[in-house]
Amino acid sequence: MKNKIVENIGFIIITLCLLATLFFLALIIYFIFAKGISVISWEFLTCAPRKAMTAGGVAPAIAGTIFLTLGAVIFALPLGMSCAIYLNEYNPSGFIVNAVRIGVNNLAGVPSVVFGLFGLAVFVKFLGFGVSVLSGSLTLGILILPAIISASQEALTAVPQSVREASLALGATKLQTIVKTVIPSALPGIMTGVILSIGRAAGETAPILFTAAAFYKRGYPDSPFSEVMALPYHIYALMTEGTRPELQTPIAYGCALLLLAIVLLISSAAIILRNKYGRYYVS
Amino acid sequence: MSAENIIRIQAENVNFYYGRHKALKNINLDFYNNKVTSFIGPSGCGKSTFIRLLNKMNDLVADTKTEGNIWLDGENILHDKADAVKIRRKVGMVFQKPNPFAKTIFQNVSYGLEINGEKNKKIISDKVEESLKKAALWNEVKDRLADNALKLSGGQQQRLCIARCLAVEPEVILFDEPCASLDPISTNKIEELILELKKQYTIVIVTHNMQQAARVSDWTAFMYLGELIEFASTDKIFTVPKEKKTEEYLSGKFG
Ligand SMILES: Nc1ncnc2c1ncn2[C@@H]1O[C@H](COP(=O)(O)OP(=O)(O)O)[C@@H](O)[C@H]1O
Ligand SMILES: [Mg+2]
Repeated sequence: MKNKIVENIGFIIITLCLLATLFFLALIIYFIFAKGISVISWEFLTCAPRKAMTAGGVAPAIAGTIFLTLGAVIFALPLGMSCAIYLNEYNPSGFIVNAVRIGVNNLAGVPSVVFGLFGLAVFVKFLGFGVSVLSGSLTLGILILPAIISASQEALTAVPQSVREASLALGATKLQTIVKTVIPSALPGIMTGVILSIGRAAGETAPILFTAAAFYKRGYPDSPFSEVMALPYHIYALMTEGTRPELQTPIAYGCALLLLAIVLLISSAAIILRNKYGRYYVS
Repeated sequence: MSAENIIRIQAENVNFYYGRHKALKNINLDFYNNKVTSFIGPSGCGKSTFIRLLNKMNDLVADTKTEGNIWLDGENILHDKADAVKIRRKVGMVFQKPNPFAKTIFQNVSYGLEINGEKNKKIISDKVEESLKKAALWNEVKDRLADNALKLSGGQQQRLCIARCLAVEPEVILFDEPCASLDPISTNKIEELILELKKQYTIVIVTHNMQQAARVSDWTAFMYLGELIEFASTDKIFTVPKEKKTEEYLSGKFG
């Protein structure tokens, strides 16, 4: 009897927590939507800002965010996957595994503004890429590297040893086994890491502050070395600078709404990709 | 020993260690061409450990040590320099738990051909068909070659694994308790298949089902605690075992 009561109370608490989570999620989406939807128009999506950011659109910032995010993934995915494959499949000594794990864990805990400073020092200045899409993508790439490595490692660990043995027993080399069997089996898990990273990379402001973002730029970036506008930074600028907050605030919410939509869009694409190519590989 | 018994694989003084645990103790054993040799013995006695030496699968296990020689076509496959990839193409293996790739039925069988560099689509599809037929699976899957192999039943998956192994054209096939997770009907099918395959291949099978050993094998090796207690023709070992331990095991006194 007592057990039953405890059981019920436990269930109620868990349910309440779930509802609270959903409630906050719904609240965020509702607020952003309610405050941002009014400024969304064709012009907002396709034109550059006008009248000192108080009118016009945010197209260059949309493009910039997409470029920066994709650039970060293109840079971090092969690097992170290779790192995870090395750690998981090539049985390096315990010292190397530990060193990398400690490194990765620490990297994951570094505040994003520190990445921004690092990017400024290394990519912008030392390597001479300047304030550019390239520098910003590389900086964001390093930011999401730990997440990609962890997700890849987890996914590789989940591939049963029997699958590797099956391939090797057929006379496949180690590399063939990794490329043709292990990676495809791990891909859905790796993609989950990528999807989470996309949200992170698209939304970060600090890492691009000194490495990529321009306060105002008319057109689209025409080379990896050009500065870009980006939505998170644009929101920041709209809320902290300028002289017409009553006109700028709604635009900032519009940008936030767009940012949400873009993350959702890129993530959905990644999920579709995962399901399409992952289909054969999950039981 | 009759004249038809050509030795295919010869194990000499084989010892094997997992860390400091000695799992195989001085094993000496010959495998005959186109015969089925079965390994019986209680679980943990080293049957899997031994047959996994025959295709160098134990190389994948860290912190192990091997001593002795295993000769296959004049090559000591236990030698460090022995080419594992080449040996595994010659000595195929079917595992205890069916482990098809999470790919299509067709891709499972074509896998071994593709890693060997075969590009010709026609050759590949002919070979896939031939292998599936040899594994007595063709009729059940010919209309669904593009289905995911994981949708097949356990027994079908195991025959797919056999087909996958046959496609590489091995000369020796190792079966490690291939029926352990299968129902009696599937088990029956696999046993029939093994009897059919021995015409072309040299077969080694681990089983802890004594009746199975009696049904399918020509030679039987009985192992106990890492030692090879007795090795004789299946007829002899099941009717007049020489060793007391063998007799006790066969009569179900332990196991
Ligand atoms: N990967 C391993 N690491 C350490 N010990 C192992 C490993 N595999 C098997 N052993 C040990 O070696 C002995 C023989 O095991 P195994 O060859 O699997 O026996 P069988 O196949 O006859 O049941 C057992 O004592 C087992 O615990
Ligand atoms: Mg075993």
